[in-house]
This record gives sequence, structure tokens and C-alpha cells, in this order.
Amino acid sequence: MAEAFVEKPDLSPPIASVGVVEWLRANLFSTPFNALLTLVCLYLIYLSAPPAIEWLFVHADWRGETRDDCAGDGACWVFVKARFGQFMYGFYPEAQRWRVDAAFLIFIAGLAALMTPRVPGKRWVALFLLFVFPFVAYTLFYGGILGFEVVETALWGGLMLTLIIATIGIVASLPLGVVLALGRRSQMPIVRALCVAFIELWRGVPLITVLFMASVMLPLFLPEGVSFDKLLRAFIGVTLFQSAYMAEVIRGGLQAIPQGQYEAAKALGLNYWKLMALVVLPQALKLVIPGIVNTFIALFKDTTLVLIIGLFDLLGIVQAALTDPNWLGFAVEGYIFAGFGYWIFCFGMSRYSQYIERKLETGHARR
Amino acid sequence: MFQILVVGAVVAFGVYIVNNTLDNLASRGIASGFDFLSSEAGFGIIQSLIEYSEASSYGRAFWVGLLNTLLVSAIGIILATILGFIIGVARLSSNWLVAKMAAAYIETFRNIPLLLQLFFWYFAVLRALPSPRQSLVIGDSVFLNIRGFYTPRPVPEDGFWLIPAAIVAGVVAVLLLTRWAHRRQDETGQPFHVVYVSAGILIGLPVLAAAASGFPLSWDIPELRGFNFTGGMVLIPELMALLLALSIYTASFIAEIVRAGILAVSHGQTEAAYSLGLRPGPTLRLVVIPQAMRVIIPPLTSQFLNLTKNSSLAAAIAYPDLVSVFAGTVLNQTGQAIEVIAITMAVYLTVSLLISLFMNWYNKRMALVER
Repeated sequence: MAEAFVEKPDLSPPIASVGVVEWLRANLFSTPFNALLTLVCLYLIYLSAPPAIEWLFVHADWRGETRDDCAGDGACWVFVKARFGQFMYGFYPEAQRWRVDAAFLIFIAGLAALMTPRVPGKRWVALFLLFVFPFVAYTLFYGGILGFEVVETALWGGLMLTLIIATIGIVASLPLGVVLALGRRSQMPIVRALCVAFIELWRGVPLITVLFMASVMLPLFLPEGVSFDKLLRAFIGVTLFQSAYMAEVIRGGLQAIPQGQYEAAKALGLNYWKLMALVVLPQALKLVIPGIVNTFIALFKDTTLVLIIGLFDLLGIVQAALTDPNWLGFAVEGYIFAGFGYWIFCFGMSRYSQYIERKLETGHARR
Repeated sequence: MFQILVVGAVVAFGVYIVNNTLDNLASRGIASGFDFLSSEAGFGIIQSLIEYSEASSYGRAFWVGLLNTLLVSAIGIILATILGFIIGVARLSSNWLVAKMAAAYIETFRNIPLLLQLFFWYFAVLRALPSPRQSLVIGDSVFLNIRGFYTPRPVPEDGFWLIPAAIVAGVVAVLLLTRWAHRRQDETGQPFHVVYVSAGILIGLPVLAAAASGFPLSWDIPELRGFNFTGGMVLIPELMALLLALSIYTASFIAEIVRAGILAVSHGQTEAAYSLGLRPGPTLRLVVIPQAMRVIIPPLTSQFLNLTKNSSLAAAIAYPDLVSVFAGTVLNQTGQAIEVIAITMAVYLTVSLLISLFMNWYNKRMALVER
């Protein structure tokens, strides 16, 4: 009589190949060299992290109004707190700051609707943001109509100015970039040469010289008597500069559209403009959304340069606050705050661009 | 037809602008032309690679600025490339901690504006250094204080020419040796330890030459006199801040490029090399890196260009580069905005074009030769 098969339990794996021990072995101590590297890194972290955390949080002063409240040997966040309104709005009058908030709330609501995949009616939201919102924002920011008090652009500043310059720069450079990209891929030699020259000129020079040019040369180019606001000059400089980069991003998208799409559209009898507007550009622009977001990140960081021509963006206003005789010696706190502000925006946008890239990847895998 | 319209519009726009400009210049009494380049500048510059004094001309000031820009770009490119490659390789390390630290480095420095980093290094770090009397001392001849970084300066004496000559001779010998070793390996299959022998030649020859000529080199050591140091070499804080900011910021981009390049070489290549019997070192050197370089070089070029253009941020901390000296001080003194800005832009365009031409040539040399 055959014995009944009795299942025996599996032996548990060796202790060194499961769980925490296995993870440590595989990831930190796989070779002597790796073990050494790990120890060196741990030592570096031990050297730098505890003092940094103590300075930033434990010994830091959070409460109070004036310099005297910063008696500890940690960071003085009172300085940032006291100046917070300025860092956000610049010299915008305090009573009017709700207008800025309102404009940004509308903008963020619209943007959130555009960026969330499931919201319906995207087309209307986009049209509203592109064509109606600029007027709403202008009315709210500048005033002068509907009983709003006028707030001169010289008073604008802080994070608000950074966001305004970056947004206007990107929105205005998009159509210009499309035109330049189409021109660069055009069959017409003169148009192509002009576009190539324009693009390469702006891409070859630093933004700072473009801003210098916009601030000292633009007034010379205009008829006598016409004068520009300093902010408007910065807008023009940023837009010209950015449109060249935008054109190259869009050109990449245009090149990725298979020749068959052009041929099919021509076979249907579409002329050049219809071919571009209905067939090629919608596909190309969708492809380059991550590229556009990356350009936007670069522009967002580059807006700091406007402080060199005397505008007070986020970094500019922090820099100005550091020279206030009442608050001397808090440079590190100011820069960390500004750096954190920029970092949040840039990091968030780069994550969003990666998400979009993953989402769009499936659509165009076919060649 | 359309082209004629476009040309017409561009020309009309150009004429309109030139007309306005001429009117404006006339009404404001600003001179035009490039005569101002030869008139006396009358301002000092804190760092100059060539002879310069307040009596020099604006043209001379232009060259000082240009050389300072090239200096900071060249050192910055070297530092950023080294740091970027190290961080990029670390990002791919099998060591979890090293990979995470490299990732943290990249995500931190890539997402903070360069100008802010520059301000941080200059105003928050270097301006907080002690005064010359309380300098930080490394060894007993290297000093770090608020005025800069002081190191001893080598002073060549009689017979010093023998050492550079020995270095040149060593380089030539190594080149010849490498060619000979290659030929021998191609013909007989016998390898030759080129690396060790070359290192011996490169170090040995200059040392021999130095010994033969009786070590004709003395050091000019910086000394504290009164309130400041004299003698030695000094790296001014503006240059240090600019180098730190530029190389740390650009390295984070280069690291990502290097990572992408190495990942682009498929793992099959490594496995094939191992199955041919190559050891990990030669696999990396002969199989992976040459293929990764093809992916790395084009974006690396644009990072070098970016670094060169970004060096113009020097104007914000008054390091005397081209923008700060020429488009800043000279522009303010002469008021000839158009000429000054045009020259500045032309210089950056030329440098950009030269770097991209060189890198295109290099890229073509490295490109895949398909049969």
C-alpha cells in the first residue's frame, strides 16, 4: 500500500536573501567598494544633515515682528514673515491685493480644468483663458476701468510679477514660435533664410543682452514721443527671445509627423494653411507639450534676470529686502525662501511634464 | 509672390526703425560710429588678463571683458563636465544611497534659478568669509578670506625652459608609443601596457629635467601686509562665485545627459562584450562609452553654449566680464547703445557658432560609420 503523499512545508529562504538584510546587501553593501561608498555617504550625511536641520527648524525663530525677536542661533524666519506680503505682491498697495488674488484664482481654476483629463468642455476653457482672461487680468492688475484704482506697473513685484512675465512670455511666444517653425520648414528660400537668421540670432545671445537691448535700444527704435513702460520692454525682450526657443521645440514636433499625413491631407485637396491648421499642427503641438512645459520651466527660471534691468521679481524683491538696514545679515534665509519658491514651481512643472509624456506615449508609438 | 510681400514688409519695417533711430539719435545728441573705441576709458577693472589701466582705451576694455568671459567659460565648462559625469554615473550606481544622493543633487540644483544660486554663493557664502586678518588657512601658504582665495604663485627661474620642453617631449613620445603599440597589437595580437609606460614617461621626463637643471622654480607666497595680502595668486570672490554657480548648475543638466546616454546603450552590448571575454573595465572603455558618447555629445554641446551664455550673469555681481564691462560701464559712459549692444551680441553669436562648429566636427568624427 502506497503511502499517502503528505505535503511538506517549503524551507524558508536563507535569512540573507529576504527582507531588510537582503535589501541592504543588494543595494548598499554588494561589493567592498560599494560598502565603502555607503559609509562615506553616511558620514557626509551625518556631518551635514543634523546641523542643517537644527539651523533650519530646531533653533530657528518663527515668532515675532522685529529683528529683536531673532535672538537664537538658528534661522530667522521672522524676516521672511515680516516681508511675506512684499515677496508675493511687490509694492502693490495692500488694500488692492485681493485683485491679484482674484485674477490668479480664476487662472488657476482654468488651468486646473485644462490639466485634469476628465473635465469636459476643455475647448471653451482654453478659449476663455487665451482670449478673455488677458483682459480680465489686465483690468484687475492695472485697473483704471470699472472703478478700479490704477496701480502703476512700477509697483508690481514679487512672485506675482515673476508669474506674469513667465506666463505672458510663454503665451505670446507660442504663436510667434509656430510661425517661425513653419517658416523654417517652408519651401520658400527667402522666408526660410529669414526665419533661420531670426531663430539663430536669439538663440546665440544670452537673455541678459536681449533685456539690455530691450531696455536701452527699444526707445531709440520708436518714433519720438512714444515711450514704453519698463515692464512692457521686458515683455518684448522675453517674448522675442523665447519665441526662438519655442520655434525649435515646435519644429521638433513638426518633424515627428510622418510624411504620409502631409500626403494624405494634400490628396484630400487641402491647401497649405488648411493642411497645417487641421492636420499637422494639432498633432505636432500635442507631441511637443512636454517640450513646451520644459521651455516654460527654463523661462520661469530666466525671469529672475529682469532684476538686472530694475524690475522687482521674486528674487529682485528678496535682494532688495536684504539691503534694508533693519534686516541686515539674513541673506541665507532670504535666498532659501526664494529658492524654495522657485523650486516648488519648477519641480511641480517638470513632474507634470513627465506625467504628460507618459500619457501621450501610446498615441504615437506607430511610425 | 508671398516671398516678395514678406521681403517688402521686413524691409519697410527695417527702414522705419532706422529712420526713427536716426531721428532719436540726432535729437538726443548721441554720436554714432565706432570712434569711441579708441578714446580713453577712465575706469579701472578689478581683474584683467592683459595690461590695462584707467588710461587704456574702450577698445582695450572690450578685450579685457572678452578674455574674462572666455576665462570663466573655459574653467566652468571643464569643472561642470567633470562634476556632471561623476554625478551622472553616480545616479546610475547600483548603490542605492549614492544613486539617491545624486538624484537629490540633480533635482535641487536644476530647479533653482542660476541667478539665485549665484547670489547665494556670492552674497551669502563668500561675503560671509572672514577678513584678511582672520583668514582661513590651509597648510601655511593658502589663504581664504573675503578678498579672495590666495595661493602661492610659481616663479620660473633660469633654466626653467627645460621642464616645459621635457613635457612636450614626453607627450610626443607617448603619442608615438601609442601608435606603435596599436600597430603591434594589430599585427601580432600582443598587447602592450601603454598606460603605465606613458604615465612613467609623462611624470619621469619633467622630473628628470627639473633635477638636471637644479629645480629652477621658486614660490611667491602671499603675505599679510597691513590689511591685505600681497604676492601670490588670487582668485577674486566674484570669479569664485561665478565658477561655483555655473559649474554646479550646469553639472546637474550634464548629469542627466550622461545618464540618458549610458542608458541608451542597450544591455545586450555589455553582455556581448562579456561573452567575448572582455573584463568590466575594457567593456566600459571600449564598448559602452564610445556608444554613449554619440548620444551625449549633441546635448552636451548645447549645455556648453548655455554655460557660456549664462556667464553673462556676471554683470549681476560685478565680475568684469564682457556684459558687465562693455554693455554695462562702457555703455553708460558713452551712451552709444546700438554699437555697444551690437558688438556684444556679435561676440556671443560668434562664440556660440564657434563652439557648435567645433562640437559638430567632433560629433562627425565620433558618429556611427555604417557599412
